[in-house]
Amino acid sequence: MYRGFRLILALIKKDVLLEFRQQYSFYGVLLYVASTIFVLYLAMGQPENMIWNGLFWMMQLFICVNAIAKTFLQEGKGRQLYFYSICSPVHFILARMIFNAVLMLVMNLISLTLFILLLGYPLAHPLLFLGISCFGACSISLVFSFLAAIAARAQQNAALMAILGFPLIIPQLMLLMRLSTLAFSDVFQSGLLSIVLLLSSFDVMILVLSVILFPFLWKD
Amino acid sequence: MFRKSWWKILSFFLLLYTFIAGFLGKVPAKPILNETIRNLYFHVAMWFGMMIFFIVSVIYSLKYLRHNRTSDDIYAVEFARTGIVFGLLGLITGSVWARYTWGDFWSNDPKQLGAAIALMIYLAYFVLRNSLTDIDKSARISAVYNVFAFAMLFPTIWIIPRLVESLHPGGMGNPALDTKDIDSRMRLVFWFGAIPGWTLLGVWISTLRIRIQLFSLKHELHG
Repeated sequence: MYRGFRLILALIKKDVLLEFRQQYSFYGVLLYVASTIFVLYLAMGQPENMIWNGLFWMMQLFICVNAIAKTFLQEGKGRQLYFYSICSPVHFILARMIFNAVLMLVMNLISLTLFILLLGYPLAHPLLFLGISCFGACSISLVFSFLAAIAARAQQNAALMAILGFPLIIPQLMLLMRLSTLAFSDVFQSGLLSIVLLLSSFDVMILVLSVILFPFLWKD
Repeated sequence: MFRKSWWKILSFFLLLYTFIAGFLGKVPAKPILNETIRNLYFHVAMWFGMMIFFIVSVIYSLKYLRHNRTSDDIYAVEFARTGIVFGLLGLITGSVWARYTWGDFWSNDPKQLGAAIALMIYLAYFVLRNSLTDIDKSARISAVYNVFAFAMLFPTIWIIPRLVESLHPGGMGNPALDTKDIDSRMRLVFWFGAIPGWTLLGVWISTLRIRIQLFSLKHELHG
């Protein structure tokens, strides 16, 4: 058990080091975030609450697809074989998911700051929105991590990951958008707790499925 | 079992019974629904059929992951294909029903949306299959995706529409298809005519396709 944790930590450290050394991929995603938000600003100006909310979550979706596509698809075939020999698939996928979640959190914070700077500040409860957006970013990243693992097997096609991912992420996005409307005004929203519970159970389900199914993708 | 005809003839007669009893039989007169309740035999039966086929498909996918037999993969694909066709028909019959009871073909009802999303998820399954050229790899990876897609069916079609307000029966927590709710004459036609009839028809279509695929596979392998 302890060895498992150490393995996972080592794999995460490897990913973090890679990000720091090959900085172009991190800066690439950062540039993507900045330019899309800027384009949004040019197109929409300072939109009102619900549009702001919708735009924000759409941005999260696209950022996630891009950021995670980069991490999975920049590894060569030989390296996959190397990992196969040194650790079990469960450790690998858990380390990947944790790393992607952290990466997505960082991107989420950056994009939230840029959104507030450029597209206006309609939030009535900023801390609540921060919490919801962090939770949402992690949830979205879990789904796309697993899909990136599938797409990486399918001739490393980034577009495939997006195609597979969009229908799968719609229920979560809808729930997140509904949840985040809370932060804009003081309207009482019934069934709130059930949305949070549903989202959490979604995440748990995806995590469990990924851990069970990834070993089948692993052997190649 | 594929070659036997009794269940195919049975499916024909069950469907004949469904259509005749469905259109000519007596139905309870409810406000708003009136005669459109007859769509129960078609629309709801389609969704039942779709669920049955997706369950069969995921079972074969799991069997493929265990035993790596190509025939299991073929079964999984063909049942998923039939499931999608039934799902599309369910969506269409539902839209027609909606036009006459709710006013519009598409009212952004949570269950309609959930069903459309579920169908899109399964269509992505076929996109995935087509993008992989190696047979074994495509079978394995699509089996993995099939399990994932099946797991996503439950939140999208069953859980979320139950929790939110919906025009469909079953929103806000009430169960939709309660055994005490359905009228006894309709119950007979529904459970003994519509569901077995449509299901057997779908199995017939799937098995025909499976037989063709198995034959062409044998032809490829043995020349």
